[in-house]
Amino acid sequence: MTMTSALRGARSGIPRKRARRQWTGWAFVGPFMIVFVAVLVAPLLYAIYLSFFQNQLVGGNAFVGLKNYAQVFQDPKFWDSLGRVALFLVVQVPIMLTLALIAALALDSARLHGSGFFRIAIFLPYAVPGVVAALIWGFLYGDQFGLTGAINGLLGGHFIQPFTSQTILASIGNIVTWEFMGYNMLIFYAALRAVPNSIYEAAEIDGAGAFRTVFSIKIPAVRSAIVIATIFSIIGSFQLFNEPNLLQALAPNVISSSFTPNMYAYNLSFAGQQFNYAATVAIIMGVITAVIAYIVQLRGSRQENR
Amino acid sequence: MAAITGSNIQAQRTPRRGLLPARRRTSRQRKSIVLTLIMALFVIYSVVPLVWLIISATKDQPSLFSSSGLWFGDGFSLFQNIADTLTYRNGIFVQWFGNTLMYVVVGAGGATFLATVAGYGLAKFNFPGKRAVFAVILGAVAVPGTALAVPTFLMFSQLGLTNTPWAIILPSLISPLGIYLIWVYAAEAVPTELLEAARVDGSGEFRTFFTISLRLLAPGIVTVLLFAIVATWNNYFLPLIMLSEPTWYPLTVGLSQWSAQASGVGAQPIYNLVITGSLLTIIPIVIAFLVLQRYWQSGLSAGSVKQ
Repeated sequence: MTMTSALRGARSGIPRKRARRQWTGWAFVGPFMIVFVAVLVAPLLYAIYLSFFQNQLVGGNAFVGLKNYAQVFQDPKFWDSLGRVALFLVVQVPIMLTLALIAALALDSARLHGSGFFRIAIFLPYAVPGVVAALIWGFLYGDQFGLTGAINGLLGGHFIQPFTSQTILASIGNIVTWEFMGYNMLIFYAALRAVPNSIYEAAEIDGAGAFRTVFSIKIPAVRSAIVIATIFSIIGSFQLFNEPNLLQALAPNVISSSFTPNMYAYNLSFAGQQFNYAATVAIIMGVITAVIAYIVQLRGSRQENR
Repeated sequence: MAAITGSNIQAQRTPRRGLLPARRRTSRQRKSIVLTLIMALFVIYSVVPLVWLIISATKDQPSLFSSSGLWFGDGFSLFQNIADTLTYRNGIFVQWFGNTLMYVVVGAGGATFLATVAGYGLAKFNFPGKRAVFAVILGAVAVPGTALAVPTFLMFSQLGLTNTPWAIILPSLISPLGIYLIWVYAAEAVPTELLEAARVDGSGEFRTFFTISLRLLAPGIVTVLLFAIVATWNNYFLPLIMLSEPTWYPLTVGLSQWSAQASGVGAQPIYNLVITGSLLTIIPIVIAFLVLQRYWQSGLSAGSVKQ
C-alpha cells in the first residue's frame, strides 16, 4: 500500500515537491528515533564498551579485550543460572501456551455459556503488576495465612511445600503462568476470530468433525500467533527477575543471588560493584535471547510457508 | 483439507463482526456444559488469588493469622486497613501513588504519542532510510529490555539522571511493540486515497494527521495506550535500580520494600498494609481494562490478524 502511494506521488508531483514529500516521513518518525537512539541504542553501545574494560586495583579502568567474555564463559554461576531459566522455559512456556490455546479454542467454539465473562475473568491477572502477583502468591504459598497452610491443615501433613529446592521453579512457573495465560489466550482468540466463516462451512460440508476442524483448520490458522507468543515468552523467561527476586525474602536458602542471569547481573552491579562484568553478562544474555528468538521465528515462518 | 494452511486462511480473511457469530447453525450451536465446566476451572485458577486478596484486605494483622485464608475473619477492618495504608509513615503510599500516576501519564502518554506518530509515518510515507528504521525497530523488539537496564543505569548515573523521575520516564517513552501495532493498524485504517484527497485540497501533512488520521487510528491508539499504561504501572526492575530515594518510588517498588520489612533484623511486619496496598494498586488498572475493553479487544485483533 505504501509502495503504490509513493509511486503515485512520484508520477504526479513536480520533482522539488516530491523530494520534500519524501522527507516528510522523517518528521513523523524522527522524534521516536531520537528517543530510541538515546535510551536504547546508546546504552547498548555503552554496555559493549564497558564489557571490554576491567576496573583493577592498580591502574583503574583498563582495556582488557575479551577477557570478561572468557571469564563469563567459565563462570559456573552464570551457566547454572542459564540452565535454570532454560529448564524453566522448556517446561513452563509449553504448559502456559497449551492452556491458553485450550481456553481460546473453548471461547471460539461458541459452545460456552457466558463466554464474555470467561474471557475477561481469565484475562484479569494480566492487569496485576508482576510485583503484586509475586506478593499475593508468596502469601498464598506461605504456611501462615495462605492457601498452602489451609490445604496442608485440611489434609493433615506437609503435602505442599512450595519453597524447597525441588519445587521452587514450579512455584515460580505457576506465578508466571497465572500472570500471562489470559493474555496469550486473547492473542490466540483474536487470531481464531479472523478465520473466515466460509472455511468452517466448507469443512462441515466435507464432513469434518469438531476435532478435525480444530487440528486441521484452527491450530494452523493461529500458527503465526503461536510463534509470536512463543518468542515473547522466551524473552520473558530469559529475563526472569521480579518473581524470584521477591520470593527470595521468603525462601532465602533456595533462591541464591545468581538464581537467574538477570538476578546475577543485578547483584553483580548493585551488591558487588562489578559493573563491567555485569554488562558482559547482560550482553551475552541479550545475544542468546535474540538468537533463540530469531531461530523460533525462522522455524515458525518456514513451517507456515510449506 | 490438507491444503488449508495458515497463510491462505489469512489471505482471504474477512473479519467476522458482532459478538458471537451466527455461524455453525447446525448441531454445533448447542451449548456444552462440559466445556463450560472446564472453563470454570480456568476462571477459578485466575480469580482465586484475587478473591483471597480482597478477603484478606478486610482482616487486621492478628486476624490474618488466626482465620482461614479462604474466608472472612472476625472483624471487618477493610476501611481501617485502607486508612492505615494511606497514612503510614506520613502518607508515603499516597506519594508513591502520585509518582506512579505521573510516570504513567508522562511515560505511557509520551510512548503512545511517539509510537502513533512514528507508526503512521512508517505506514503512510516513503522516505530515505525507511528500511533501516524498520530493521532497527524490529531488532529492538528482540533485545531483552532488562538486559539493557544495568547499562542504562550506568549511563544515566554518568549523566546525573539517576534518582530523578527522568530515569523512569525516558526509558518508558519507547514502545517498539506500540509502533509496530500502529504501523499495522494505520496501513489498514487510513486509506491512502483519503490522504491524497487532503493533499489535493491543500492540507499540510501534519494538519491531515491531526484532523483526519488521528480519528481513524483511535482504536489502535487506545490499545497501545492501554498496554503502555500497564507496562509503566507494573514497572519494577527499572525503578528498583534507578531510584534510591523512597520519595520517587512508584507503588511497585514501595510495596516490595514494605514486604521486605517483614523479614530480617528488627523486622516490623505490616502484612495487612502490604495486602491492602496491593489491592489499591490493582484497582485502577483493572477499572481501566474493564472500561476500555471494547476498544482494546478490537485493536488487539487488528494487530494479530496481520501477523
